[in-house]
Amino acid sequence: MKVTLPWLREHLETNADAETIGWTLTAIGFELEGIEPRGADLDGFSVGHVTGVRQHPNADRLSLCTVDTKDGTFEVICGAPNVRLGMKGIFAPEGSVIPSTGTPLKRSTIRGVESQGMLCSARELGIGEDHDGIIDVGDEPGVGTPAAEALSLEGPVFDVAVTPNRGDGFGVHGLARELAAAGLGTLKEPDARPVEAAFATSRGVDLRFPHEARDACPLFILRELRDVQNGPSPAWLQERLKAVGLRPITALVDITNWSTLDMCRPLHVFDADKVRGDLYLRFAKAGETFRGLDDKTYVLDAGMAVICDDTGIVSLAGIMGGASTGCDEATTNVLLEMALFDPVRTARTGRRLGIESDARQRFERGVDPGFVLPAADYATRMIQTLCGGEAGSIVVAGCVPDNRRTIAFDRRELTRLTGLVLDDAEVERILGDLGFGTASEGEGRFVVSTPTWRHDCTRAADLVEELARIRGFDAIPATPVRRERAVGRPILDSSQLRRLRLRRALAARGLEETVTFSFIGEAEAAAFGGAQVRVANPISADLVAMRPSLLPSLAAAVGRNQARALDDAALFEVAAIFTAAEAGGQTWAAAAVRAGSATPRSWGEPDRPADALDAKGDALAALEATGVNLASLRLETSAPAHFHPGRSGVFKIGREVVATFGELHPGLAKLFDWKGRVVGFELFLDWLPQPKPAKIRARPPLSASAYQPVDRDFAFLVDATAPAGDLLAAVGKASDLIRDVTLFDDYAGKGVPEGKRSLAVAVRMQALDRTLGDADIEDVARRVTEAARQACGAELRQ
Amino acid sequence: MGDQLETLRDDVLEAVEGAADLRTLDEVRVQALGKKGRLTEVMRTLGSMPPEERRGFGQRANVVKEALETALAERRQTLEAADLERRLVAEGIDVTLPPRPQPLGRLHPVTQVTEEIIAIFADMGFAVAEGPDIDDDFHNFTALNFPPEHPAREMHDTFFVEGQPELVLRTHTSTVQIRTMMAGPPPHRIIAPGRTYRCDSDATHSPMFHQVEGLLIDQHTHMGHLKGCLEDFCAAFFERDSVPLRFRPSFFPFTEPSAEVDIGCRRTKRELVIGEGSDWLEILGCGMVHPAVLENVGLDPAVWQGFAFGMGIDRVAMLKYGIPDLRTFFEADLRWLRHYGFVPLDLPTTYAGLAR
Repeated sequence: MKVTLPWLREHLETNADAETIGWTLTAIGFELEGIEPRGADLDGFSVGHVTGVRQHPNADRLSLCTVDTKDGTFEVICGAPNVRLGMKGIFAPEGSVIPSTGTPLKRSTIRGVESQGMLCSARELGIGEDHDGIIDVGDEPGVGTPAAEALSLEGPVFDVAVTPNRGDGFGVHGLARELAAAGLGTLKEPDARPVEAAFATSRGVDLRFPHEARDACPLFILRELRDVQNGPSPAWLQERLKAVGLRPITALVDITNWSTLDMCRPLHVFDADKVRGDLYLRFAKAGETFRGLDDKTYVLDAGMAVICDDTGIVSLAGIMGGASTGCDEATTNVLLEMALFDPVRTARTGRRLGIESDARQRFERGVDPGFVLPAADYATRMIQTLCGGEAGSIVVAGCVPDNRRTIAFDRRELTRLTGLVLDDAEVERILGDLGFGTASEGEGRFVVSTPTWRHDCTRAADLVEELARIRGFDAIPATPVRRERAVGRPILDSSQLRRLRLRRALAARGLEETVTFSFIGEAEAAAFGGAQVRVANPISADLVAMRPSLLPSLAAAVGRNQARALDDAALFEVAAIFTAAEAGGQTWAAAAVRAGSATPRSWGEPDRPADALDAKGDALAALEATGVNLASLRLETSAPAHFHPGRSGVFKIGREVVATFGELHPGLAKLFDWKGRVVGFELFLDWLPQPKPAKIRARPPLSASAYQPVDRDFAFLVDATAPAGDLLAAVGKASDLIRDVTLFDDYAGKGVPEGKRSLAVAVRMQALDRTLGDADIEDVARRVTEAARQACGAELRQ
Repeated sequence: MGDQLETLRDDVLEAVEGAADLRTLDEVRVQALGKKGRLTEVMRTLGSMPPEERRGFGQRANVVKEALETALAERRQTLEAADLERRLVAEGIDVTLPPRPQPLGRLHPVTQVTEEIIAIFADMGFAVAEGPDIDDDFHNFTALNFPPEHPAREMHDTFFVEGQPELVLRTHTSTVQIRTMMAGPPPHRIIAPGRTYRCDSDATHSPMFHQVEGLLIDQHTHMGHLKGCLEDFCAAFFERDSVPLRFRPSFFPFTEPSAEVDIGCRRTKRELVIGEGSDWLEILGCGMVHPAVLENVGLDPAVWQGFAFGMGIDRVAMLKYGIPDLRTFFEADLRWLRHYGFVPLDLPTTYAGLAR
């Protein structure tokens, strides 16, 4: 909502300057988004009279003008084609700051002739786009009249954000009332004295809505005006509308716009000579069409409120008038419409048809039902002032709805909810200034009645807000929030803790944390099991599927980074994945991918591509960080289809798959634009068993042996397909004396028979009570060999 | 006999001096002091000497032995030092080589800043609550006092779930207020960080972003506490003694009174300094929980009261850490992650500080 200072002053008796007004608007809930000077920066510019025009001796297109100003006569070079002897324009003296450039005007010499100032164009003054000629202010203003006055400039212009609950803030009068309540002056009431009717309005109005939907238009007022003279509005109105961003059209149309902004009272003017018969209102039928004032044709839905004459639809109620009955310069007889339309229906219709109009904006937030009838006179007076003519009688259909409410209010409620204390007089003063009626019941209690323009105030808390914001939020005492105990307590639940530790554990392994969109493309989702949930109105096709896995997002990130020559990507994310189209149909997951080298390329380490076992390591690190007992994990090699079938696995706890890992299926490389191979894991946090709350923090005592350990290496020959994991597990359990088992070689090739591999295992054994003797060692070795043979047919390599 | 001892001593000392390496020195030692060494042999004759000679000779022989042992030890030390010196010279490496890399990943700023926020509010006794990204119209709008078709709903640019007109991607974390209040009896004191969604995408908007909700419900908390809480939070978060805040009246359907909060800052062409200067920057919306919301969750607004706020996590991350563009948060560009990310060992706490 834009409003100019002079316009505001027509509703508010005030001495406050623009800065104070702007600051106050923000302080009471109408955030000032900007102040445009519009003439407020034209000090020093004034009307000059061109008393001589000669051809510039050295330039065909330039004139040498003699200009009489308040400070004397100057010789000015002018290039404008419209400069002529006797015209009055805006003179900028040397040194004045030109608004469009922000630089001071310097004395200059053009083609050998000195120019002692400038005659300005609208664009140079920042008040319009016209740059073809200099401003012509007409004959009326005297020499030396300040530019802003001569041009009737409406600056400064306030740009105010109006919250959706405050329809009344979309009128200059409403803002003036707020400022008056905030102490910046006195509100001036609009002149809505009755205009006497010279004849009986010749048209009728009929509201033809079903009884249960009569709130679509509770009130419709029509007034006929005859013999008006339409044409351009006077300069002051044109300038006023231009200042707030509207285009002046004709006086009649400009008056409807003026009323919409001035009193938040949308009007419509029909050219009476184009309207056939009486007007009636009804709901549109599906598929009916309507040609608006914007010359666009709209196809209407059933249930949109329309205004009709004998020929059909002539206006879209509360949103836009029709092309067929619009006013133009030739209009002489007018039907003036003032109505109330249902906010919800108006909003729905406007949204459906994509029409944003000033009328819609106001109706959908709720206009003042108390100012429909007065507007018939308020607007008529303005039309007669600008266009003459005679006014007919007022025709009323429906009635003024009574929307005044009474609220029982105890001013202690203000203290309870805000900590502010106001006395009875202050409460009555503030509410009174805002238009509320107050009746004191003693002891701080009031019966408050709401004004007709305040649809938002229904209960005591609303009055608390009114009092607090006008008193000023600054006055609310900042009070610290106290904690119950002196020492804080842990506040994260087990799921939150797991995610916190997991993130830090994965980052510590060299993985970079990402946060990517929860929605991905359909094809990407399909590659990872398919989307279970989709967005009905995505902003683009590649953000439609709520991701069933975090891996496609990471896979796509690998592709994007590789496109920027960042081939070695190690990325992870902890976020929700979506499993069902219902509230809460999601589960926490963690996933990581690695692409390119397993470790950064370096002189000190052999270059090795990341493989499925790196992903397995990440998965185990993640599981460990969540506090899961790793011994409870069972590894299976049946991973989902988005993994390489021979290079992947899953970890299960009980029957639940808690994590998947492996090399991502090479067939996905094209979809995600990745080079080489990508490995990864995904962990489903919500499928993990709940951690048992630790009752005792104390660790079991350390049982470290005082006796020397013994290390023995074993080389086993096994089938090439035999799982090393089985061998290691079996060896580890072979004897109580075994402390540690390490696989230190996995070899196939020369010296190993075809179809076999050699697994070399280091075993450390140690007793708690003695130094191991040869017999102990022999016994362990025998048990290890036997266990390996039983587990996977391993033979000791000779 | 005396000469014999002296000759032996002089011979051995000469040999010690002449030993060029540790092996030769050891041979010298064996030849002199070993089992069949010359001095050992001489000492062995002591037994057959007459007692009056034995005493004097024995003493002299011991003196010689000590002298030889000392000489051997000194020589050994010298040779060992020389040996080490030689080895050190031979073992030199190029220390200008880079060390073997030990990659350390970074945490996303959203994670770090979320944990900073949690650390501060935990200190004020707030717990962390969470709710689903996909929620129903009731939790996202109706229970929060958004009337059907109210323009305020339109302002939310809601994503809807296909085939489920009642389901939305939550447009704010305020859904968790409702879930918290419906899950158990007051008092409530929670913050709720999480992902939020609006179908809006331009230079300053992303269709997904992060908010943190705050909710405090009890029987005495008023708007002054809201101010105090947020002032304390901002000072702690921006790590200043105090930060100027401006509470502006505003409108949210689920609070009454409602306020938007601006933080004092100074903008220059090159940087934004939080906590000083004469500019204001909006950072959050807040207010006293609307009585209709309390009624919607079955609480009597005459008995229970409290405040709620909602703040953009990405936004305060951008302000605090000078990250210029919201959209870059979600692109997973490695260069960005490494530049703006946080070392995983830097756990934000109120006692050790939130950030380095």
